Amino acid sequence: MTTTTPAQPTESSASLRELLQTNDARRRRTDITMRVLITAAFVVAMLPLLSLTYTVVSKGIGRLDAYFLLNSMRGVFGGMDAGGIYHAIVGTLEITLFAALISVPIGLLAAIYLVEYGGGKPLAKLITFLVDVMTGIPSIVAGLFAYALFALLLGPGAKFGAIGSVALSVLMIPVVIRSSEEMLRLVPNELREASLALGVPRWLTIIKVVLRTSVAGLTTGVMLAIARVIGETAPLLLTVGVVDSINFNLFEGRMMTLPVYVYRQYAQGLVPCAEGDAACIPDINVQRAWAAALTLFLIVMVLNLIGRLVSRFFAPKIR
Amino acid sequence: MTSTQPRTPGQTDPAAAPAGSTARRLRAGHGDRGGSRVFRWVSTAAGVLILVILAAVALFLIQRAWPALTADAAELSERVSWFPDDTSLLGFVGPLIFGTLLAAAVSLLIATPIAIGIALFISHYAPRRLANALGYVVDLLAAIPSVVYGLWGGLVLSPLVQPVWELLNSWLGWIPLFGGTVSPTGRVMMTVAVVLAVMILPIITAICREVFLQTPRLHEEAALALGATQWEMVRMAVLPFARSGIVSAAMLGLGRALGETMAVLMILSPGFLYSFRLLEAGQQQTIAANIAAQFPEANQTGVATLIATGLALFVITLAVNMAARAIVARRKDFSGAN
Repeated sequence: MTTTTPAQPTESSASLRELLQTNDARRRRTDITMRVLITAAFVVAMLPLLSLTYTVVSKGIGRLDAYFLLNSMRGVFGGMDAGGIYHAIVGTLEITLFAALISVPIGLLAAIYLVEYGGGKPLAKLITFLVDVMTGIPSIVAGLFAYALFALLLGPGAKFGAIGSVALSVLMIPVVIRSSEEMLRLVPNELREASLALGVPRWLTIIKVVLRTSVAGLTTGVMLAIARVIGETAPLLLTVGVVDSINFNLFEGRMMTLPVYVYRQYAQGLVPCAEGDAACIPDINVQRAWAAALTLFLIVMVLNLIGRLVSRFFAPKIR
Repeated sequence: MTSTQPRTPGQTDPAAAPAGSTARRLRAGHGDRGGSRVFRWVSTAAGVLILVILAAVALFLIQRAWPALTADAAELSERVSWFPDDTSLLGFVGPLIFGTLLAAAVSLLIATPIAIGIALFISHYAPRRLANALGYVVDLLAAIPSVVYGLWGGLVLSPLVQPVWELLNSWLGWIPLFGGTVSPTGRVMMTVAVVLAVMILPIITAICREVFLQTPRLHEEAALALGATQWEMVRMAVLPFARSGIVSAAMLGLGRALGETMAVLMILSPGFLYSFRLLEAGQQQTIAANIAAQFPEANQTGVATLIATGLALFVITLAVNMAARAIVARRKDFSGAN
């Protein structure tokens, strides 16, 4: 725009340089300001992550020992220096694994439908849209749904582990579908065509070629989905309840789970201790909550890490 | 791999001889039979199951909420101990919906600019080699369970930010949002909104990052070639291109913030008012936190009432998510919405 006439080079270029530099100063200031702001946004977002990691580790590590991991809360009351999370770990593992058992086949098959058979049909488009919508279902609504379903089947007031698994699978299925769909789409079409050209039926092509090629990615997706639902609290609070003893049976009786345990201990708050009672720890509940939170945090992080490593090291080399 | 019986020519030839087109159709895979057909039906059924589940969620919630939806106010307040005396079901749900929307809106206001900043930092400002690792780090925020956020928010953040809220109140107290008496514990809506903002950051960031990375390279280079600074390039080329992506990312974040339970339950000291005072205790409550707080001890009618509020939450989040997805779907060339 501000092209100068090349006729008078000396005088005009000096003024032009001046013009450009004055202009530049303001623009450069804006540029630097925005650069600082954008970097600051990132730093600001890291603060909660660091603070949270630091507090969970520093406050939880003190009580996290073998005793804590291997004992339940049965017979523990007041400010007793006892009690652990064994029952909660058992509940969390069983409920989450059962949820995975429900969601992985459904999610995987639905993803196979979308990728291999859907192919732009209206039904496939509708399902894709609804999977996206389903990802946004609030976890508490999933809990209410599972409660309502089993209240209809078994009468109101039923509370046992499997209901929680159903609630979790409502949350888990869309996550599994999304990630598996992406992974299946990454499988090159040439592989499918080569297999079909050899006369292998469609379903065997899918199982032996498509799934086998993408197995690492599928595992990652499942691990991340498990990591996502293992920390869900609200649906389990509604459907599985709380209990202080160990319960291995998914289909009968209430179960404790780690997230609910954290919430429960937090909600119980400080213990009123008698004067001079050395065995009574006022903030024992909060200490247990932090230690259980640390356990949960570690489980989630390990699941995430394994998930990422699986896809990194076992991904097929297609080039 | 090749354990199937290859079709011998003798089997297909008699059928193929009269009409070559049928044979072609058979071989093209449409005439699948046996295992193939079963597999096709099973996987289609799994897809259709998604529709069934969503419909079932709505139907079962309505079915369970029906006693509360049809009962009159006097009956509800008589049977349910925590139900206010002189109001209808709508009058009970109203403040809850208000609180839910307020929490989500404030957290969105905090989170969106920061998320855009982070996404820009990762996509355009950070060294290329670091960008991927930084993306993982932000994703870690999404991996942390909400109950841990609640614990942290209730025990660490609340006392930490309480003095800040005092300052905010003394400086900006004339704005209704920051007016009233500041809670001495810090367990107020503002703290909740901050925690919710942290929780929805990774979602908004992830989508924004995808969209920013899809900016046509030529647009960026053209802007730079015209002498634009990096920020001017971002403002002229990246942000206009990404506008609808940013909107839908924010709406997905909104959907998550609306349904968040534990952080609200563990931090907020609740109240049932139409109040904009973010720094005062005992003013608002959200639907999800109210359900989690009352459900374990509720009786039959109480459960029905809570499920009715859950139904309202379901409808709101469904509407928000559908709108967000519709915006994404309008952009055909955009594939990063996950």
